[in-house]
Amino acid sequence: MKFAVTINEGPYQHQASDSAYLFCRAALEKGHEIRRVFFYNDGVNNASSLTEPPLDDRNIVARWSKLAEEHKLDLVVCVAAALRRGIRDENLASGFRISGLGQLVEAGIEADRLVTFGD
Amino acid sequence: MSEGTVKKFMFVNRKAPYGTIYALESLEVVLITAAFDQDVSLVFMDDGIFQLKKGQQTKGIENKNFSPTYRALDGYDIEKLYVEAEALAARGLTEDDLLVDVTVMSRVELGKLMDEMDVVLSF
Amino acid sequence: MLHIVNKSPAERNALESCLRVVQEGGAILLIEDAVYAATRGNAAENHLRDALSRFKVYALTPDLEARGMGDRVMAGVTTVDYGGFVDLVAEHKNCQSWL
Repeated sequence: MKFAVTINEGPYQHQASDSAYLFCRAALEKGHEIRRVFFYNDGVNNASSLTEPPLDDRNIVARWSKLAEEHKLDLVVCVAAALRRGIRDENLASGFRISGLGQLVEAGIEADRLVTFGD
Repeated sequence: MSEGTVKKFMFVNRKAPYGTIYALESLEVVLITAAFDQDVSLVFMDDGIFQLKKGQQTKGIENKNFSPTYRALDGYDIEKLYVEAEALAARGLTEDDLLVDVTVMSRVELGKLMDEMDVVLSF
Repeated sequence: MLHIVNKSPAERNALESCLRVVQEGGAILLIEDAVYAATRGNAAENHLRDALSRFKVYALTPDLEARGMGDRVMAGVTTVDYGGFVDLVAEHKNCQSWL
């Protein structure tokens, strides 16, 4: 089955990104496809390459980048939400791309299920 | 690939405006979804009803008043605006307090409608 | 339809709102702070017990365990892991997150 996921909260502040990551990993393990992960609202902060958590904490941003690399995931950051919050190509972590809100709608149309994680 | 596919999108708005950005950024998704020629419904329940309150004046908080956009939805062929009757009453409001024409529905009717959707989005 | 709730019933009305509109045949999945709603003795217990007679209610085990509540789940609530979460989304035609 084709899934799409939306994340509306930033890393660390809220569990949304963690839950979404673990959901995606479980879906991939079950042989499902993750059509797209869309980052919206403060969720765009999940794409900041400037993130530097303490060494004994999980690295949420790097974890997404790695999952994207391993499974060729399409991690899309909303351009309008990103510009509002200072996320741009210069500080975009690997595996993410910045694009328009249309990518969220398209994911909703093309995926069999769209699951939202937020506050 | 997605060309020609029309899905039923429902946006469930449960948060008041200004205190957080969700109402505004939700509205931005609504407009884009309409541009994709999808079947769009908006539901206002809980504090989301306050998004539609008449007479919003945001000068004092130096924030953009985005409430006129709800009145412009018509121009994007978005005409399905539903408000939960119980939530409206619980806030001391009536339909006359809202800045746009809506269909007031019971929670049971809303639940049925939600069940029929393809994609339900909440921010 | 699958209803996903992630808020403690003592903090927000997400579960209450969800219960207002969920239809027969619907399922409710409690994740993150919403798992507290599925534990014995919590203030929303009767509310949820009532729901249990009409809907399937699930709670995410990793979130229960993280909060030290793994052994306090109410009878009638089905616990699932992330794989079970994925299955629930796949099994239902659509889903709504009560943020």
